[in-house]
Formats: sequence, structure tokens, C-alpha cells
Amino acid sequence: MTPVFYRVLRTRQETRDTFTLDLEPPAGTEVLRFSPGQFNMLYAFGVGEVPISVSGDPGRTRSLIHTIREVGAVTHAMRKLKRGDPLGVRGPFGNSWPVEEGFDRDVVIVAGGIGLAPLRPSLYSILTHREKYGRVVLLYGTRTPDDILFRKELESWRAHLDLSVHVTVDRAMASWRGSVGAVTSIIPRARFDSSSALVMICGPEAMMRFTVLELQNHGVGLDQIYVSTERNMKCAIGFCGHCQLGPTFVCKDGPIFRYDRIQPFFEIREI
Amino acid sequence: METLRPILAEHPFFQNLEEHHLELIVGCASNVRFDAGDFVFRHGEQANQFYLIREGMVSLEMFVTGRGPVKVQTIGEGDILGWSWLVPPYRWMFDAHATELTRAVALDGKCLRNKSEQDHDLGYQLLKRFATVVQENLDAARLQILNIYEVSA
Repeated sequence: MTPVFYRVLRTRQETRDTFTLDLEPPAGTEVLRFSPGQFNMLYAFGVGEVPISVSGDPGRTRSLIHTIREVGAVTHAMRKLKRGDPLGVRGPFGNSWPVEEGFDRDVVIVAGGIGLAPLRPSLYSILTHREKYGRVVLLYGTRTPDDILFRKELESWRAHLDLSVHVTVDRAMASWRGSVGAVTSIIPRARFDSSSALVMICGPEAMMRFTVLELQNHGVGLDQIYVSTERNMKCAIGFCGHCQLGPTFVCKDGPIFRYDRIQPFFEIREI
Repeated sequence: METLRPILAEHPFFQNLEEHHLELIVGCASNVRFDAGDFVFRHGEQANQFYLIREGMVSLEMFVTGRGPVKVQTIGEGDILGWSWLVPPYRWMFDAHATELTRAVALDGKCLRNKSEQDHDLGYQLLKRFATVVQENLDAARLQILNIYEVSA
């Protein structure tokens, strides 16, 4: 599968180390369709290719949006892209968040750090069909107030009367008026039906493990919880084996798994 | 006369307490209110209360030279604030101030310590419950200092 050459339509610095690229497809072609949670392989010419979740609205057809943390040579090259520069896109790959399983149930979205980006499309999708869901809760934790992703959008969501948004940071100076504490500490403040809610979690694995434990303490079953895993994905179609996790390939069978099905592998070090 | 008994009886922290223990605790309880900016307690002061936050938010802070007050935790509705009243020398380790209008039930620690000395079953029940609060806070603090959101290249 060869990359399609998209061009950068817009770049936006989200936080100190995180930026968003709006990409437009080649003239005369449609933006590729994706489901919430899917990822693309983005190729910076002459540097390399990395898997990046789509962070935009699945209902939006004008451009393709990815939010990227600058952590290595490839993402550093992407950070330097300007309007009109080309970028290779292969995808979309992987499965998607089970947003339709949330119909007639409460939905709890728990994001940590950059993990909000892969979850944002699911929130767009839920808000588009808001009447089909019960209570919708977003719990977001990150390092400091300066690391809050999509800050304006979070403020806008918080203003929705039918969406409950809780944000917490690990540390802050006195000027921060919001919550300080681990993301697990805001779970008890959220109102949802723990016996039936659909929970979707994305963030660092340690954060996800602690979050699952806290959710269990509040009566949430492991079969109600979905997590997004991250492994070293290369081919994205289940051939190369770089992203094998137990009997699964994260790129093909994941990246989203129901927690009770992935738990034995989730708790093994260095797998 | 209206007492704080219904509020304490409904709170998860006091669930499954024997009736006479709950009555003893109600006898040490009072309603308090803090306006935004008010200090609930300050570092180094005698710790003779704990608080059940009913509404609002309290920030736990430490003053760091060169950086000013650093927030380490916020405590909100339904949370328990303070356990230094349980452990000698009964002094607060942090500053706590209300970041918004906060209403709480204050529990007199001296009163509870005295009653617990006379009734060790009450003391055991309180310690058991505070052990959970301390453990939850310790786990959360460890998670915070892990800096898990940092990604290395």
C-alpha cells in the first residue's frame, strides 16, 4: 500500500510539544473516510513513517486532522512542515471505538495527555448523535495547565449542558483554578451509571491500569471498558509483526481492545 | 433540634458505622464555611480538625521559594480533607485554602481523639476509614510524581 500525497493546509501548535496538522487530499480526490479511533501512517519524506491517530471529526470531509507529539526525528520533521508541504498518508488502519455500543447508555471517556487526540473523534461522533446516549462524561488528566490539549474546545464542551467535563493536572501554580491530582481522583466526582456505562480510555499504560482499577472500585465491569493500546507499528497491516501483543497485532486487531480480552497481556512487562 | 447526623450518615466515609459511634461523631461535628481565598489551615498550625467537603473546592499547597505556592492536590465535594489530626505532633504539613465558596462539616479532632481513647472500637473504625483515605491519596501522589504523561523519544 503506497502513500497518498496530502498537503498541509494548516498547522497549529497545541502545547509546548504537541501540534496539529490539517491535511488536504490531492486535487480531485476525496478525503479518506475513517472511524473514531483509527490511525494513519504518516510519512515525512526522506525521514520516516509513524502511526498517528486521526484527531478530527469523522463527519468532516474537507481535511484530515492529526494531532502529533514531537518525540523523535519523524515527528520533528513533521513539526517543521508548512502550508503546502507534502506528507504521505496511508490508511486508515485499525479498528474503532465502539461508540454505537454506547446507545442508550452513559458514556465515560477517560483521556490522559496526548490520549485525548485519538478519543476526540469519538466525542464528535457522540455529540453529533447526542440524543442516542445517556450521560456523557469526559475525564481528562495531564501534566500541567500548559499541557492541556484542545483547551478552547474543552471550554466549549464544558459549557454544554448535556456534557460533563472534568479536567485535572498533576501539578500547578496558584494561578490555576481547576483540579489538581491524578486522573483517577476525578472519577468519583463524575456522575454515571457504573453498572452499565461504556468506558473508553486512552493514555499512557500506567494511567490506564490505574484508571481501570479505580473504575472497578466504583463497580464498572472489565467488559464495559475499552482501551487504546500503543505498540511499535510499522507495516500497519499485520505482516511485519512489530506490534504483536500476545496473539494479536495491534495495528490490525487493535489498537482498541475490550479490557477483559487484553488484560493478561496488558499486565506483562516488555511484551 | 436539627443536627448534622443525616449528612454524616449518608456520607460513604461513615457508612456501616454502629449507631452509637455515629452519635459520638455527630457530637464532634459542626458546619463551617470558607469564602474563596480563605485559608482552611496553614502549614505548621495545630491540626485539630478534619473536614468533609460538602460543596466547593479546597487547594492543598506548599510554598516553594522562588516558585511561590505550588498546588499539590485539590479536594472537592464529597472528599475528606486532613488527617494530620490523627498523627502526633498534630500539625498541618500543607496550606489549605478555599479556591471557591466552600461549605464543609468540620470534625473536631481533639474531641474524636478523646472519644477514641475511651472507646477503642470507635478509634479502630476511624483509623480503618482513614487508612483508606491515606492509601488513595498516596497512590494518587505516586501516580502524579511518576510523570506518566512525559514521553521519551
